[in-house]
Amino acid sequence: MRYLICSIALGGVATVATAQTELTLWYHGAGNEVESEILDGIVSDFNSGQSDWSVAVESFPQGSYNDSIVAAALAGNLPCILDVDGPVMPNWAWAGYMQPLPVADAAIEGHLDATVGRWGGEVYSVGLWDAAVALYTRQSTLDELGLRTPTLDNPWTLDEFNAALETAKTSGNYDFALDLGMAWTGEWYPYAFSPFLQSFGGDIVDRSTYLTAEGALNGDAALAFGEWWQNLFTAGLAPGTSQDPADRDSGFIEGRYAFAWNGNWAAAATLDAGVDDALFLPAPDFGNGSTIGAASWQFGVSATCEFPEGAAAFVEFALQDRYLAAFSDGIGLIPSTREAAAMTERYAQGGPLEPFFALSDAQALVRPVTPGYVVAAKVFEKALADIANGADVADTLDAAVDEIDADIEANGGYGH
Amino acid sequence: MDRTLPASQRGSAMASRLTISNRAGWGFALPAFALITIFIILPFFFAFYLSLTNQRLISPNPTQFVGLENYRDLLGLSVITLGPERDENGAAVLNELGDLTYPRVRTVTRNPDFPQYRGMREWFRWRSGENARVVIASDVVFWKALANTLTFVFFIVPLQGGGALLLALLINQKLRGINFFRTIYFMPVVISIVVISLLWRFIYDGGDGLLNNILGALSFGLFPPVDWLGQPETALGSIIVMSAWQAVGFHMVIWLSGLQTISPTLYEVAAIEGASKWQTFRYVTWPGLRNTAVLVLIVITMQAFALFAQIDVMTNGGPLDSTQTLVFQAVERGYGKQDISGGSTISVLLFFIVLLISLTQRYLTRDRS
Repeated sequence: MRYLICSIALGGVATVATAQTELTLWYHGAGNEVESEILDGIVSDFNSGQSDWSVAVESFPQGSYNDSIVAAALAGNLPCILDVDGPVMPNWAWAGYMQPLPVADAAIEGHLDATVGRWGGEVYSVGLWDAAVALYTRQSTLDELGLRTPTLDNPWTLDEFNAALETAKTSGNYDFALDLGMAWTGEWYPYAFSPFLQSFGGDIVDRSTYLTAEGALNGDAALAFGEWWQNLFTAGLAPGTSQDPADRDSGFIEGRYAFAWNGNWAAAATLDAGVDDALFLPAPDFGNGSTIGAASWQFGVSATCEFPEGAAAFVEFALQDRYLAAFSDGIGLIPSTREAAAMTERYAQGGPLEPFFALSDAQALVRPVTPGYVVAAKVFEKALADIANGADVADTLDAAVDEIDADIEANGGYGH
Repeated sequence: MDRTLPASQRGSAMASRLTISNRAGWGFALPAFALITIFIILPFFFAFYLSLTNQRLISPNPTQFVGLENYRDLLGLSVITLGPERDENGAAVLNELGDLTYPRVRTVTRNPDFPQYRGMREWFRWRSGENARVVIASDVVFWKALANTLTFVFFIVPLQGGGALLLALLINQKLRGINFFRTIYFMPVVISIVVISLLWRFIYDGGDGLLNNILGALSFGLFPPVDWLGQPETALGSIIVMSAWQAVGFHMVIWLSGLQTISPTLYEVAAIEGASKWQTFRYVTWPGLRNTAVLVLIVITMQAFALFAQIDVMTNGGPLDSTQTLVFQAVERGYGKQDISGGSTISVLLFFIVLLISLTQRYLTRDRS
């Protein structure tokens, strides 16, 4: 088709010699002006910089983006290039919505591990950024409570962390010792809290086979995690599931919480609000190493796209450090490469958010890479909410295991 | 007139009236008929078919026919009996509170000796002598959702219907500025339920929410703040009150239209006869509202069974499943957990429950004259 258009153009009117093949791109960021501007900038640079491809962007609100993709796939109307949330990618790849992204190895060399989405041994998606979670506190809080400053090499242990929370509580200076962000339902729970479980030695599913959650989500390590988790709420250390979202946004800034478990996207707002001695501490080590969640939105190519090489050309183009840096400066995300990080205002050496890049680099563990993750994440979220509200730990985790296993079985093992 | 005709002719008269002499009527009914067929009747049959398969939302695997398996998974119930824990002498072990202790249910449900109970969970239990009888279900969340939905319907029907009637009687007066009150009472109906749910989340906030502040001020600080949506005991009740408030204006208008069909001469007669206010209501107003009452009753019941948005925005079914409802579960399974067949099965069951209740109501409120 492309050649046909080209030959007609050449034979007919000489001025249309640069006929480009159009590739549609669906993006989840509708409503975010800064984000759209940066993306539009990359697209117009790409379209004017070469003569083979022309990318056209269509943006969707994030809340309905996944539904739109599923609906389009059922109707056979998928765009050529789409963006996909990291942990969801295996689900779409397995369902046949996506095909491998033929991006050159050189283009993703040196990128943070979690920004490259792999399934079945092939690259399916690549991200321009990652996100990281840290334990927010203030230097003044640590001084006041007499606590040592944990580091990447020497994070707090379980006992130290518990003692820190107890000290904060008994000081009487705070409404709650720790704000976990229980108001943020949805993907936040598995993203932010499953690393605690993994640090205890458990997991959402058994990653050696991906065929069962038995032992991983209800073994001894998981039970220990569950008891610890429940105690945070019964002992009044953390606000529970009925937390007001407004308290989540402003509680730490106003000094009502001693510690907050929050993402890098909230860091700029915290600093801007005048918390000038804010510290972004690494996750505690609960016995099995410190971990935080990883993998954010990434670009991939749909299964029905006839020109994967065009999609790959666009993704490679977008992966230039200056664009990674632009996204980071614009919307506060962690750029995928060290070089891009050096070009940003906040993540550069000495920048206020520099610790986050180190966290992503050192502690990131992607959520289970399986098509079944989408369902397992929902089950995990409900189990954590129930335990926080006082449900029996062992029974709740057993039930979660049963539900995840039944789903894996109903899907014929999800291709593992 | 029909009463004078023999039965056979009555049938044919009915047929001719429906098919021939009422062409305009059919013409008017057709658009609604077509829409209902496309968007309600066909999807229902589709849902019924899907509930007999293992259809997923996203899957490369072919759909298989599984018969009634989805219904078995949803409805499976058993009762098991647990004997108290005993020490080596055979005496029952008591805990520090002096109560009998029982082995955990998971010792039965996760025991290879009892494969029939595999995957089941405790719903509720009661004591029977020394033993505990435990009802275990293969889908506890479904049963809790069913119980919550029925509780919601049970309370919302009198609350919303009665409240609406009260408001309708209040605004059915010729007073200066009555339209102002009509507008105020009707306002919640035209605001999006999502917006209302978000607002009520702030009202019910456990720390410094409006409700806690008001109760605290009225009791001079004696009333301790309650986490209305955060406790299993208060969450469903909070949602019932908020839902009743939201839709009461709609039913108020229906009652009002009923009130205005009652002839003023009846009230004049009642006044001349010296009827008290209560007697007027009991013997003039209420009989005149009979058909309206049936309509309001059935509409509220059917709407109440569809409870979804408030749950989705305010509680997500929690805490501890105390606000799970059938429609919320149907959506959660079908889209959240990508299990279209499971969601369809709940929808089909819900359809039959609502049908049964509506038919019963229709029978009980039939015109006996």
